[in-house]
Amino acid sequence: MSKHKIIIEPGTENSNYIKDLWNYRGLFYFLAWRDILVRYKQTVIGILWSVLQPLISIVVFTIVFNKLGGFKAEGNVDYAILVCAGMLPWQFFSSSFSSSANSLIANSNLLSKVYFPRLIVPASTVIVTLIDFLISFLILVGLFVWYGFLPDAKIFFLPLFLILALVTALGTGLFIAALNVKYRDFKYVIPFIVQFGFFISPVGYSSSVVYNSERIPELLKYAYALNPMVGVIDGFRWCILGGDTPLHTMPFVSSIVISIFFLIVGVWYFRKMEKSFADVI
Amino acid sequence: MSKTIITVENVGKKYTLKHQNSEQYSSLRDVLANTAKSIINPKSKLLSGASEEFWALDDISFDVKQGERLGVIGRNGAGKSTLLKVLSRIVTPTKGRITIDGRVASLLEVGTGFHPELSGRENIFLNGSILGMSKSEIKSKFDEIVAFSEVEKFLDTPVKRYSSGMYVRLAFAVAAHLEPEILIVDEVLAVGDAEFQKKCMGKMKDVSGEGRTVIFVSHNMQAVSNLCDTGILLNKGKVEIQGKVEDCIKKYMTSSRGINLTGLSLSDRLSRTSGGVFFEEVKGIKNGEECWDFNFDEDIAINFKVTASKDVPSLGFYIAVRNPFSEEIISNFKTVICNSTLQKDESRVFTVSVPKKSFRPGQYGLYFALSNSEYKEFYDVLDNNVNIPMLNINPISMDAHENAGFVSLPFNLKIND
Repeated sequence: MSKHKIIIEPGTENSNYIKDLWNYRGLFYFLAWRDILVRYKQTVIGILWSVLQPLISIVVFTIVFNKLGGFKAEGNVDYAILVCAGMLPWQFFSSSFSSSANSLIANSNLLSKVYFPRLIVPASTVIVTLIDFLISFLILVGLFVWYGFLPDAKIFFLPLFLILALVTALGTGLFIAALNVKYRDFKYVIPFIVQFGFFISPVGYSSSVVYNSERIPELLKYAYALNPMVGVIDGFRWCILGGDTPLHTMPFVSSIVISIFFLIVGVWYFRKMEKSFADVI
Repeated sequence: MSKTIITVENVGKKYTLKHQNSEQYSSLRDVLANTAKSIINPKSKLLSGASEEFWALDDISFDVKQGERLGVIGRNGAGKSTLLKVLSRIVTPTKGRITIDGRVASLLEVGTGFHPELSGRENIFLNGSILGMSKSEIKSKFDEIVAFSEVEKFLDTPVKRYSSGMYVRLAFAVAAHLEPEILIVDEVLAVGDAEFQKKCMGKMKDVSGEGRTVIFVSHNMQAVSNLCDTGILLNKGKVEIQGKVEDCIKKYMTSSRGINLTGLSLSDRLSRTSGGVFFEEVKGIKNGEECWDFNFDEDIAINFKVTASKDVPSLGFYIAVRNPFSEEIISNFKTVICNSTLQKDESRVFTVSVPKKSFRPGQYGLYFALSNSEYKEFYDVLDNNVNIPMLNINPISMDAHENAGFVSLPFNLKIND
């Protein structure tokens, strides 16, 4: 029985945390399963919603910016595919970020009544959005067929950039989730971050627009690359659009460094605050 | 007896009470504003930080042996729930050390994590995993759980359509099939009908019969004495006594329920009232002794002694009875006690009695007030804000129809032939 021996003391680090995470993997699975089941209960078209939302945004973008605004993609790529390759990772990031950031508050009844490693809650919400992402990938396939576009072998690198998006979303989500428990202000900050991030990320335009522009000072180009989603979206386009779509080195490297930095800070801060969650929630 | 499975050494849990904003979580704006204030004027921190330390648990130590059934009792706010939360690792103690040697499952609420949109079947899996069961464990016990809950027919109905009784039965059925080495249970039997409560008590006894350890918190002394063999009486975060459960219950029934009005915060009372006449003594009386616990079939009497602190023109008395959530059940029993001037230091003694079987089993919050005869000016108010004891009515039977509701209505039935 001594294998279950627990010592509870203030201040000490829980040395069994990793083991606990493993023991509670069932809960991780069930929380994700619950969120997926509940998501589309009492909806008529159900899971189609996860396709419909990005699809409508892509259509609107294509009409407003391409047809009316005259935005063009480089080379012989269709603008709709360019937007889609940016919209899908962005949607994945923004919904993972906001749902994980809000997850602790949404599950406050659990936090105050049962013990489990709290990391499970925000992590399981990311799984839900990951599934949404995989379903919405059908749009891209549809566009390939519609425009008769055949991606090249670089598309096999796509999972790497998906992991990069996941790391970014989880790191920032954990950090904000922990803050959100104590300072409810973050409930209002989250939509703002998402909206602001949307404009500074190359969703409706290509990063080359920024890098090839002579009106943008060098310093701002560095600042632009600090947004880890720039590297992610550029990476997605590099994989999907193929051809001579460039992968800018600066945002790519900074994206990897910054997203890992966010993950470390996020996990560290989350773990630091975790013990007091039940006291303040 | 067998080996020690839980050791609690000098455990304390401190909360900081903020008087200004009672919310535990703060707003960033306040933090920024206060930081700015304290930079500009370091003294202002003393004013804005009107906070007070409060030890919900204060230097608690005890041991639990394997197979022991421990009842934790005490008044509201004695620290029972905090103790269970610390033992279940939901909150961390501020000081001290707890060693637990075994798998713990805690049941602090019935149906934690139940989702109203999900079906009964889905909720069994979800709730089971929240309580720490593995998927295969739930699968193997699934039929047993369903049989115990008696909701077979509605397994695929969302639980939001369940009656509250069905909901509780399903939730407890899942919890009852946990197989931890240590089971921690808070006041969960207070819900559900009598028949099902009996079934649950039986199940909990079975559980401990298999060598498992049970820690049980309840206000229902009958349930505690039925289930537990040892007990701990908590009072204001400290262990008052530990030992045989009968001794703890006896002590709880007599002393800890007593109300010492001089000890109640007079400033709290004065802030709401003008203070011309004070309650000096309020005592629930049973067989000539002070008591706030009555059986359903016992007459209730409450003795009052009130004293004027200055001359007042008249004296009225006012009672309300509330449920534990401070919602009024019976409001405004008004009586004029004295229609002429009550002089300084003059006292009045009176008794309020309620015939047996008027109040249904349960806990009632009491509200007493003294005023002038027009009930306009209030002299003194006693209610749960100053922590007066609750009136506790214990059930005498398991008859659900006799135990439900708040009050019995005296009525006449006349047969016309």
